[in-house]
Order: sequence, then C-alpha cells, then structure tokens
Amino acid sequence: MSPLARVLAEQEGTSSDRSRQRTLELIAIGTAAGLFSGVFGVGGGSVIVPLLVLWLGYHEREATGTSLAAIVFIAAFASAVQAAYGNLRLLDAVAIGVPATGGVLIGTWLQQRLAGRSIMLLFAAVLVAAAVELLLE
Amino acid sequence: MTGSLTIALELAALGLVAGVLGGLLGVGGGVLFVPGLVVILGLSQHQAEATSLLAIVPVALLGALTQDRYGNVRRSDALKIGLFSIVGVAGGVALANILSGAVLRGAFALLLLVIAAQLVRRALTQLRKNDPYPL
Repeated sequence: MSPLARVLAEQEGTSSDRSRQRTLELIAIGTAAGLFSGVFGVGGGSVIVPLLVLWLGYHEREATGTSLAAIVFIAAFASAVQAAYGNLRLLDAVAIGVPATGGVLIGTWLQQRLAGRSIMLLFAAVLVAAAVELLLE
Repeated sequence: MTGSLTIALELAALGLVAGVLGGLLGVGGGVLFVPGLVVILGLSQHQAEATSLLAIVPVALLGALTQDRYGNVRRSDALKIGLFSIVGVAGGVALANILSGAVLRGAFALLLLVIAAQLVRRALTQLRKNDPYPL
C-alpha cells in the first residue's frame, strides 16, 4: 500500500470511528435527557444543552436551538407514556400550553431588547419560592 | 362558574409567564408548569408532571421553529436525540410512577434549587463580562 493510500485509509478509519463516537454521544444525550424528562416532567434542556456544548463542541445558541427541537419529540413521547399511566390532564395542558406559545413570542422579542440578568435573578427567586411551596405542600 | 373562570385565567397567566421566560432565558416551560399546576389546580405531582410534558410540546415547537429560522437548529442531531430518547423516556416515566408523590415532589424541589443556582451563576458571569446593559 502506498503511503498516500495508507494515509487515506487511516483517515477513513478515524472519520468512521469519529462518526460512530458521535452517534454514541447522541444516543447517550437522548437517553439521559429522556430519563430526566420522564422523571421530572420537564423538557430536558438543562441536560441536552451542556452536553452538546461539552461533547459535540456546539456553540450555546446552536445548542439551545437544537435542544428545543429535540424536546418536541422527547416531551411528546413522555406525555404519551404518562397518558398510558392515566396521569395526563389533556384540557389543563391545552389551557397552559396555548397561552405559553404567545409568551414565547413575547420572550423572544424581549430578548433582543433587554439583558436577562435581572430577570435571571428574579426567576431564580421565583424558583426558590416554588421549591419551598412544593416542600410545604 | 366564577371559580372555573378564575382558574382558567390563572392557567393562562402561568402559561404566558412560562412562555416569556422560555423565550427570554431558554429555561421555563416545565420548571414553572409543574409547581404551577400543583398550586393552582391541586394536581398530584404525577398529574402535574404528565400535564406539563404535553404543554411543553407547543412551546418547544414554536421555539425550535424560531431558532431554525436563525439557522440555530442542527436538524439531524435534534432528530437523533429525539428518537434515541425513547428508551430513557420510558424508563424515566416508569421510575416516576414507581416513586411516591412525596419523594417525587421533594426531588423536583431540589431540581428547582439547582436550576435557581445555575441562573444566579449565569447572571454573575454576565456581570463580570461587563455587559453593556447594567441590570
């Protein structure tokens, strides 16, 4: 085998190894996010985004966008499985899900116009309050 | 009647706020839907989680379509993650249904505290980066 052919063959080997590794990473991310979403009833973005950045070298914006698209599937599957357990309240989901889409449009619009910092801190305080409320419930 | 109207408005407000935060911070949907459904409707933790999951679908769909327009969605990877999630999803939902409501609720409260800490850290990191917008 010529040196060039050997180099090409090696490159091919590494690139197929890399693609296999990438697939394994995507399987791991999907499985971890699915578990997280199934247990907690959330989308799983807080698992997907950091792993896409860490393992696949995504930039944060791409990671967030790709995560949202993956969550469409994850949340749909998880709610279908929960429905099989008889836990799903369809009308209540519609009652919050539909206004929430309006909220997303407002939030995206706001994002271009203000820094999120004070909102992050306010939201953090709301989450702490919600945690306390849940623990007292 | 007035009671159910009040509840419908509260649910709409919850959805709106969660959507705004989702669009603004990329965190939102479920972490607010679940406690909101428990507090407003008195759902069990299991019912609240199941219902939150379905409510997340339109939110994530709209968010993904918006981000896709900016070229921020790697479609093939997103599809793979979504399809590969099925086993994890089935395991996660089964686990949630094995756990008692009290344990699940405690774990969820812990999750909220972790996310709150992450948000505070993000806010502080931005502060150090000398963001053009002061608070």
